[in-house]
Amino acid sequence: MLEAILLTVITAATPLVIAALGELVTERSGVLNLGVEGMMIMGAVVAFAATQITGTPYIGVLAGIAAGAAFSLLFGFLTLTLVANQVATGLALTILGLGLSGQIGESYVGQPGIKLQPIEIPLLADIPLLGPLLFRQDLIFYLSIALVIGIHWFLFRSRTGLKMRAIGDNHASAHALGINVIRTRYLAVMFGGACAGLAGAQLSLVYTPQWVENMAAGRGWIALALVVFASWRPLRVLAGGYLFGAVSIGQLHAQAFGIGIPSQFLSALPYAATIVVLIIISHNRRTTMINTPASLGKPFVPER
Amino acid sequence: MRIELQKRAQPSPLFSFVSPLLALVLTLFFGGIMFWMLGKQPVDALYSFFVEPLLEVWSLHELAVKAAPLILIGVGLSICYRSNNWNIGAEGQFTIGAITGSILPVLYPEWHSLMILPLMLVMGMIGGALYAGIPALLKTRFNTNEILTSLMLVYIAQLYLDWLVRGPWRDPQGYNFPQTKSFVPEAVLPEILDSGRAHLAIVFALVAAVALWFMMRFMLKGFEVTVLGQSERAGRFAGFSAKRMVWFSMLLSGALAGLAGISEVSGSIGHVQPTISPGYGFTAIIVAFLGRLNPLGIIASGFVLALTYLGGEAAQLSIGISEKVSRVFQGLLLFFVLSCDTLIHYRIKIVTQKLRGGAAHHA
Repeated sequence: MLEAILLTVITAATPLVIAALGELVTERSGVLNLGVEGMMIMGAVVAFAATQITGTPYIGVLAGIAAGAAFSLLFGFLTLTLVANQVATGLALTILGLGLSGQIGESYVGQPGIKLQPIEIPLLADIPLLGPLLFRQDLIFYLSIALVIGIHWFLFRSRTGLKMRAIGDNHASAHALGINVIRTRYLAVMFGGACAGLAGAQLSLVYTPQWVENMAAGRGWIALALVVFASWRPLRVLAGGYLFGAVSIGQLHAQAFGIGIPSQFLSALPYAATIVVLIIISHNRRTTMINTPASLGKPFVPER
Repeated sequence: MRIELQKRAQPSPLFSFVSPLLALVLTLFFGGIMFWMLGKQPVDALYSFFVEPLLEVWSLHELAVKAAPLILIGVGLSICYRSNNWNIGAEGQFTIGAITGSILPVLYPEWHSLMILPLMLVMGMIGGALYAGIPALLKTRFNTNEILTSLMLVYIAQLYLDWLVRGPWRDPQGYNFPQTKSFVPEAVLPEILDSGRAHLAIVFALVAAVALWFMMRFMLKGFEVTVLGQSERAGRFAGFSAKRMVWFSMLLSGALAGLAGISEVSGSIGHVQPTISPGYGFTAIIVAFLGRLNPLGIIASGFVLALTYLGGEAAQLSIGISEKVSRVFQGLLLFFVLSCDTLIHYRIKIVTQKLRGGAAHHA
């Protein structure tokens, strides 16, 4: 029982963790992409469609990643090359993503999907409790853990990561030092898009292997909140993601047991929890100022 | 090939006018390509999407019905965005306004009085304003990001509405349909002409747009909005308070979204049900930007976006394209609007000659 609940928590948390990690990298480079929900839903529908066509979920995963990255390029072109307002462009990406995915996915509604199968890691998978939870999982879960560690290392231990953080904190100085601000930001935006696409693929290939319109259901926005919650640190994204996963699974189980609270109120819990968490994390103005990348959301036009 | 931007000394007046039109043309062009990819004849499809709805009286009425909430919400949002407050939760404020405005006709269905309608409208505005007050309070008191909080509140409002109409507000004689009793005639927003469905909401929308245009153009408050939006620091020197502006813009846009909500329920639907909006609160964001955050421009853009809804319905009937196409059109339109706006502030140069590595920065 406990094992089953924990397994669902992990499955619910994984897309949040992955999407939030991608957005974290984007924001560390100083770009605020509010289009996570749109990139995620595009990843979900393309991953599902590619899986249905080829019959191989792994191709679906790749297609989802590619779709998210390609879609984020639109955002990159507008905000980085044309210096359009980042908030508005991110919203545009979400609106377009919701529309396009509905259009692409129309013929797939109601079709049974193919689930991404778990990969068992020999020996480790036999450990009681931990084995089935951590070592009998699907590829995307393993990737999420690798991403947490990899991004932590990249940001705080690698030279390129240092440069990227420098851009996020002061793009003018970074530019003066000869760092290519725009190119780095393009890469960071695309990485964020690829992660959102992967998170979307998880939704339509693992979490609920089917295509339902609007199936991201606000997870992209929760991922954005997670980045703030985590004060732009990858390890805290992992913690926050699992906290939210637990809340959303907890409310599902509460609904199933019928504890007398209307289901709508329970369904509202993850959203309410997001607000509460944002209040707790932002109320101290000083720490927020210290943690937020200083150039976040500000346009940059290189002087020539 | 590279694209270079050169800041203009002054925003170009020519492109301020041309850029929304250019965006429309580009949207139509790419929309045509999309229809072609769906296997339809692009010109015919565009015609039935964007022209046919304009040819009949009843559908012009429908256009006004759909434009009203878009304009009401859009002008409110334009004040928010001008002052750098990113309220994207208008859909939730619309929902709550519809709920609070419907309290009287739902709970006192026997009350026949001419007072009921004005009270409903006021209560709808108060409900919308209070709901927008939550992100305003959180932003001013706890420094919380209003983008995320206002959006989370949308989901909460929709779930609350769902619970209401399936639970305490459900019409016991309604054959188990999740909806309330139909409103009494006194609680229904009157139609303006005999020829069709258009009701008073479009009048509210036009009045609100003109009033806010007047405020932005001729009143100190409008100047305050612009200054604080461009630079909070400059605003402080002028003695303006950014916190008060958060409250002002959020409450104003919330009240207008609430008014749109109760007008929609009272004028177009006639009862409360789980779904009361085809995403007006989000589409209004596009309306605000296409109208270049200018209340008069928003009147025009409100009608354009209303046409995308109508066209979607028409195209579904006449050429068998899913109405989801309208969402794609709306998204494309916002993209092109935002890219074309670059032309207003920058000269765009396309550099074809390749500079050798590194030289670009110092040239």
